[in-house]
Amino acid sequence: MLDYLVSLSVFAGLYGLLALGLNLVWGLGGMVNLGLAGLFAIGAYASALAELRLHLALPAAAILATLLAAGAGALLAVVTARLKGDYLAIVTLGFAEVIQLLAANEIWLTNGTDGLSAIPAPGRGQLSPFHFDIASTSAVWLAVILVSLLLWRLSQAPYGRALRAIREDETVAAVAGKRVLAFKVSAFAAGSAVMGLAGSLYAAYTGYVAPDSFDVLVTLLVVLALTAGGLGSMAGAVLGAILVVVLTEGTRFLGGLLPDLSALQVASLRQGMIGVFLLLLLRFRPEGILPERMRRHHLED
Amino acid sequence: MIATFLQALVNGALAGAVLALPAVGFNTVYAVLRFPNFAVASLATIGAYAGWVVNTDLGWPAPASLLAAFVVAGSVGALADALCLKPLRPLGALVAAIGSVALDLVLQNAARFAFGNNPRGYDLMVFRNWRLGPIGIGPQEVEDAVLAVVAMAAVFLMLRATRIGKTMRAVADNATLAESKGIDPARVAWAANFVGLGLTGIGGMLVALDTSLDPLTGFRVLLSIFAAAVVGGLGSIPGAVAGAFVVGIGEEMSTLLIAPTYRTAMGFLAILIVLSFRPGGLIGERAI
Repeated sequence: MLDYLVSLSVFAGLYGLLALGLNLVWGLGGMVNLGLAGLFAIGAYASALAELRLHLALPAAAILATLLAAGAGALLAVVTARLKGDYLAIVTLGFAEVIQLLAANEIWLTNGTDGLSAIPAPGRGQLSPFHFDIASTSAVWLAVILVSLLLWRLSQAPYGRALRAIREDETVAAVAGKRVLAFKVSAFAAGSAVMGLAGSLYAAYTGYVAPDSFDVLVTLLVVLALTAGGLGSMAGAVLGAILVVVLTEGTRFLGGLLPDLSALQVASLRQGMIGVFLLLLLRFRPEGILPERMRRHHLED
Repeated sequence: MIATFLQALVNGALAGAVLALPAVGFNTVYAVLRFPNFAVASLATIGAYAGWVVNTDLGWPAPASLLAAFVVAGSVGALADALCLKPLRPLGALVAAIGSVALDLVLQNAARFAFGNNPRGYDLMVFRNWRLGPIGIGPQEVEDAVLAVVAMAAVFLMLRATRIGKTMRAVADNATLAESKGIDPARVAWAANFVGLGLTGIGGMLVALDTSLDPLTGFRVLLSIFAAAVVGGLGSIPGAVAGAFVVGIGEEMSTLLIAPTYRTAMGFLAILIVLSFRPGGLIGERAI
């Protein structure tokens, strides 16, 4: 049982990192990014390939993965700079689909749908599985803490204020002399870097990456985490990620309660429930549990 | 060389005619309700399953099965919208769009729950390809395309000639003005969803006839639907038709140059190019 909880805490941390990355891009920058599964995948594959083919150690592979994801994010931001809202949602979702398509078909590089296995991680094999999980969760949560502190500082700094101003009204921010494009691209790149780091840690922890792991469900879970926690709030993003893992794992008991259903039916019920949760949340508490706190200045009428 | 080119052109045009249905459906919903409904993917799948049930269990022929696809996808879609997405629309197009992704997950898993992951086949005659010189044409594809054109013609007629069609166009043109003239926005929303998502259901069945039927049938063409809708202009019905032919032919032509598995990536490329150079699409936004 404890083993199971420790392993879950690793995934909670990984979702936390993804939610933090998305929070910078979407929460602060106002750029919806439904392509985060693609950036997560780029990080995971880059890290796995760096370890397997270039024989780099995990830290070096993680840095490479982070930089590559940042580059891909910057490129995506430049291409989509003029798009907003629903258009951006369509294009970023399409981006993730194309990345998944590439992962499934560039067999020479990614081994296709079979995926890459036996990705090394420090300690695997030497430590007992339980101690390896403890070490992994420590590493992942250290990353979560560092990234959230960094992003929190960033959001309080003039940079974060400018980003929020752009989110609220691009034209006003531009008139105030902010270089809108530079802010948008850098925020998108930094958020993507965090997603790439999450991908690298994911590949190292599970030891296996395949295209299936990066479908739209991942994106939806992170959107759910961020919406649950409160868009714009860093603590909320992490809290939301924990909540999502509790939610998705907590429905495991359904199989025991409904013995007449096949395993596939139980799985589809559980997946469907994620959608229901997100719909309920958007309907009844769109601002999340820990809404972004902003100093507001009110003018008297 | 010319023969392969012509063959790709013919295949692309036939695929485009089928793709036009969900694209027109997507844009009908966008025109009236002003948000991209990502749930078109699973509604296409649900339409395909509805047609399959009618075709294999009741033994009805293709046109009757398509009617079932229309009615079931339209009803499920309109009901789900009223229940789940309508309350989200006041919060903005993006919130409604994200809600529709969640709804899509729910509906896709409902289909999986009911029918499982195994691919299903329709109970229809398989004909040999016709030959026109060096070019082969599949009678099934031609029939699909003809049925698609008939369904679209019916919708055009509905929008032009009937009262509810005219009110839909009025709301698409100017929602505030339409409401002040006494048009009930809720009724128009129901009509737009029923017609638009019903068309998507027919499109889903035609796609399934051409490829395979499983819970991801609709999702696999989602990128092509977006591409057709965006290339033509979001919210424009003539645009969706034009966009579907551009994307259908483009995808088919691309297989002459790159691996066929990347044909849907062409859709993404088309979206990027159109949005970069002509953000309103080829025809322009919101014209029905």
